[in-house]
Amino acid sequence: MWKHKEEEQPEGGAGRAQGSFGVAPGRPESPRMTAPVSGTAHIGRSVLIKGELSGSEDLYLDGTVEGSIELPGNNLSVGPNGRVRAGIRARGVVIEGKVEGDIEASERVELRKTAVLTGSIVTQRVSIEDGAYFKGGVDVKRQAAPAPTATQPPRPEVKRESVAASAAASGGSSAPLPKAPLAEQKKS
Amino acid sequence: MGSVAQSLRKLFRGGSSSEQAPAPQPRAQARSSRRSSGLGELTRALAGRDGLCVLDIGPTSPDNIQHFTELGYKVYSEDVLLASRDCQYLTADAEGKQAVDEKRFLAENLNYAPQTFDAALCWDMADYMEEPLVKPVVARLWSVLKPGGLVLAFFHTKDAGPDAPFYRYHIAGTDNVELQLLSAGSSRNGSTAGWRLQRVFNNRHIENLFRDYANIKFFLARDNVREVLVKR
Repeated sequence: MWKHKEEEQPEGGAGRAQGSFGVAPGRPESPRMTAPVSGTAHIGRSVLIKGELSGSEDLYLDGTVEGSIELPGNNLSVGPNGRVRAGIRARGVVIEGKVEGDIEASERVELRKTAVLTGSIVTQRVSIEDGAYFKGGVDVKRQAAPAPTATQPPRPEVKRESVAASAAASGGSSAPLPKAPLAEQKKS
Repeated sequence: MGSVAQSLRKLFRGGSSSEQAPAPQPRAQARSSRRSSGLGELTRALAGRDGLCVLDIGPTSPDNIQHFTELGYKVYSEDVLLASRDCQYLTADAEGKQAVDEKRFLAENLNYAPQTFDAALCWDMADYMEEPLVKPVVARLWSVLKPGGLVLAFFHTKDAGPDAPFYRYHIAGTDNVELQLLSAGSSRNGSTAGWRLQRVFNNRHIENLFRDYANIKFFLARDNVREVLVKR
C-alpha cells in the first residue's frame, strides 16, 4: 500500500530514446541487434583483432578491432564494450560502443545512446539516439526510383508526398558533393 | 487512504512537483520550443538548392541531422564545445595557468577542406566557449564556408550569470527550434564538462567577431537572445 509503484522502464536498447529517427514510414525495421543472438558470430570483450575482418554472417562485436571490417551482405553490431578503429562496410550497423572510422552501410546505421562515433556515414537510413556522440558527416543515399521502361508510359505528373520523398525523387544525394574533409583525403 | 499515502509521499519528497513531473534525466531533458527568425531566414536562403553541405557544431542533434538529410543535404555534425573541454588540449601559458592550445585544437577539430560548407549552425557556442578559441573557431568557419555561405549563431543579450542554462538546439520546422537543457557533457576521454556562460557579446563585439564576413543580420528575440545570420 505504501510502496510507490514505479513505472516500468524498457530495458537496454529495446526502447527508443527521444530524438531518434530514421525509420521510413511503412517500411519494416531491420532486426535490432543489442545482444548476440543465435546465428550471429560473437567476438567477446577480451578479444583484440588487428587486420582485415570479413565474413558472410552477422557479427556481434564486443571486443577490439583495428583494421577493416567487411560484411557486405550482413549486419554488424558493436556492443557497449566494443572498440573499433576501422573502416566498416556492412548491410546494417548498430553501435553501442566506440567506433573510429568511416561506415558504409547499404541499409541502415543506428547509433544507440552510448555510442561514440568519429567518422562519416554513408547509408540509406540513419538513426541516432539522444546522448550518442557523433563527429563526422552523414550522407544519406536514397534508393533511386526505378526508371520508367519502354512498356510503361511516362507519368505526366509526379506527386511528391513528403519532403523525404521529394529528396529521393530529386536525387539530392546523388548531386555532386563538396570536397571530403581533410581527414578523409589523407586516408585516400 | 490513498490521500494519506499521497500526503506522506509529498512529505518525504518535499513537495508535489516531483509527483507531476518525471525525475529529470541527466542528459535527456524535456524540451521547450521557440520561434527562430534567423533559422527561418537561413531556411529560405537554402531553399530550392540541391546537394548542399551543412555543418552543425552544436551538441549532436538527431533532429537536425534528420532535417537536413531529408532535404537531400549532406550534414556534418561536430560538437566543438564538448571537444574544447578535452583535457588533451590544455597547456600551460607563460604565467603557468592552464589554457587551451588553439593550434592543437584546430588541428584536430573543424578540420575540413576550404570552402566545403554552404551553411554552419553555431547556435550559442561562442557564449560558452573558452576565450582563446572563439576567434580562431570563427576564422576557421570562414575558411570552410563557401563564398556566400551562411552562419547562424545565437548570443545572449543579458548577462544571465555563469549558470545560465545551456541548451541543445533541435530544428523543429522551418523557423522553429526546440531547446533541450544540457546540464553536463562528457568528452571522448570521459572528462565531464559543466557549461558556464563565459561572456555576453554586444552588437559591436559580434560585428568585430565576424568582421571578415561579407554581411551580418541581427534578429532580436523576446527571450533575451540575439540571433545572427552572417554571410561569408
